[in-house]
Amino acid sequence: MTILNIVLNILSIGIPFSVSLLLASLGEMFNQRAGIFNLGCEGIMSMGAFLGFMSAYYLQNTAMVPYANLIGIAAAGIAGALLGLLFALVTVTFHAPQGIAGIGLQMLGTGTAGTLFRHFVGGVAGVPGLSNRPIPLLSEIPFIGPVFFNMNILAYAAFLFVPVSHYILFKTPWGLKVRAVGTSPRSADTMAINVNRTRYQALAAGGLLAGIAGAYLSLGQAKMFADDIVAGRGFIAVALVYFGRWDPYWILGGSLLFSIAQSLQLSIQVLGIKFPYEFAVMFPYVLVIVVLAFTRNFAIKGPSELGVPYDREKRI
Amino acid sequence: MKTPVRVAYVVLVSLVAALAAVGIGAIVLTILGADVFQTYKVILTEPLKDLFGITEVLVRAVPLILVALGIAISFRAGILNIGAEGQIQMGVISATAVALVWPDLPKGILVPLVLLGGAAGGALWASIAGYLRAKLGVNEILSTVMLNYIAAQLYGFLLRGPMIDPAELQTGSGTPQSVRLPKSAWIDRIIPGTRLHWGIVLAVVLAILVYILMWHTTWGFKMRAAGASPKATRYGGINVESCLFSAMVLAGAFAGLAGAVEVTAVHRRAIEGISSGYGFSGIVVALFGGLHPGGIIPAALFFGVLLVGTDMTQRIMSIPANMVSVLQGAVILSIISAKMVINDPYAREKFARRFLHSKDKERGPGGEGIPEEHGAQNEETVNIEAKQ
Repeated sequence: MTILNIVLNILSIGIPFSVSLLLASLGEMFNQRAGIFNLGCEGIMSMGAFLGFMSAYYLQNTAMVPYANLIGIAAAGIAGALLGLLFALVTVTFHAPQGIAGIGLQMLGTGTAGTLFRHFVGGVAGVPGLSNRPIPLLSEIPFIGPVFFNMNILAYAAFLFVPVSHYILFKTPWGLKVRAVGTSPRSADTMAINVNRTRYQALAAGGLLAGIAGAYLSLGQAKMFADDIVAGRGFIAVALVYFGRWDPYWILGGSLLFSIAQSLQLSIQVLGIKFPYEFAVMFPYVLVIVVLAFTRNFAIKGPSELGVPYDREKRI
Repeated sequence: MKTPVRVAYVVLVSLVAALAAVGIGAIVLTILGADVFQTYKVILTEPLKDLFGITEVLVRAVPLILVALGIAISFRAGILNIGAEGQIQMGVISATAVALVWPDLPKGILVPLVLLGGAAGGALWASIAGYLRAKLGVNEILSTVMLNYIAAQLYGFLLRGPMIDPAELQTGSGTPQSVRLPKSAWIDRIIPGTRLHWGIVLAVVLAILVYILMWHTTWGFKMRAAGASPKATRYGGINVESCLFSAMVLAGAFAGLAGAVEVTAVHRRAIEGISSGYGFSGIVVALFGGLHPGGIIPAALFFGVLLVGTDMTQRIMSIPANMVSVLQGAVILSIISAKMVINDPYAREKFARRFLHSKDKERGPGGEGIPEEHGAQNEETVNIEAKQ
């Protein structure tokens, strides 16, 4: 095997891996831009993965088969948005501390997904999931084609969503509102922007994306569900938002970097290199800590009111 | 606001919060098609019906108390330690290592040494996150969560590789577990035939010590000050970063100790899944106990019942034991919401005006029952009073 083959192999595993991280961190980016630090992303992804899987699992022998994946993704997105709203109720309306609320949501989401899965499915079960749709012509390009243009529909959509989310965040009135309530909620309030409503919307949008990210894991990547399917990706997504400087393009870069780090682990096993696999599995998590330690000093500042509940009544 | 109104408000909010937590559990149970009342009844009463159940509750309460004490210290100091799960595993590893390296020491020396070893392991692991937070400002929640995943892999690697029981390799079964600890390292059981062990006494003694440390020493005052108002604390000449670091290390030591107790008193060898979620349950216990040792002990007993109870529902009613995680998540969300609403002077005033037609002016929270982290709101209330 040549070096080129190895690199292409790593890329062809790593790039599809990045989709769930990308979607979840774009969602988290909207949350954080609105000033809410949503650590519950992990739980929302877990629920999304479960609902995506369940829809496909139950519909696989019915007449609805052609729409099974679509229904799964929609269910995951809706459940994600609802969980985002629950988080908004706790952190925006009740002003609860966001870090702990996130851990609560994570337990709730992961626990619910695990409980329902054990009850309704129990063991290991596969679903057909999303199939790869090579793009005509483009996928024929040697080397690059199979790597970049042979993915499932959700993956293409996720990559297309990067410029779209950049546009939403920086060129639309809603994006401006989101950034305003995250940077200076009081000024936004003075300008008749409803701070709480905007934060609710941002959290719903973030939850929607995190739910879909979860559905991608079960439908597009693993084609099955397990209790620990998310395996910390929700938390990595939060870290990626820091790494990505709250900007969609940087986040894209970050999620590619991390998923390639994750796929290195698989490549090491495939290549038969003698190396304890536990350390390979550890690598992305170590990378998160290293990245957090080093981006802290030079990264541009994030939303200045990140993590601070806005209290209209508070005297300043 | 008059005291009865205030009490009514607190009771009402707490009741609504409790109902919300129970309600979220009920929704999940309804989806499962289970009888909601029956399930709650089994969870809450079944563990208390016989000696076995009660001792099991106490066995679960030991690590919960120890972990929650550490988490309470760290939360009070303003550093959120979510990494107890990993710290427990590191505690198990180092306690096992100590016990296996010096198996011939007399029991009176070896047991304390093993426990200290476990605490040191947890403390060392936590110190990574503490250092990153204090020196580099890395968000401690993210770093401790990542350290949990890293610890889980490291633990698995050690049990499958260097620390595996040679007998497992000979028989070829390869179960990832260490050699059984020498008897001189065991913490004995109180009631023969059950798993109840002397660790419970250790946990209660440590709870008293933590209370003294946090509320009756300068060190504890510094910790709580750093958590309540870092800026004011720094202005007062206290090194906030060193407070954060030492609180984190102490929290890790408690989690590591919990791991050491689990391995020497319950399992007697390092096995996979030994921490079984105590690191996360400990967070719920700490919050439920109001971040105070006096609240943590009853809270740990309550969650001990919950843990044993959900195990029983799994056997009796085939409701997955993951249910406990649903309840814990719901409890966290409702506790922190209720706490904020109770301490919100404006919401309280609104309540008094709207529902009780009381014309009393807001008199401020008056100090009691207000956790330190809401000190800022206290100040606001004072300002309002001044304006009025």
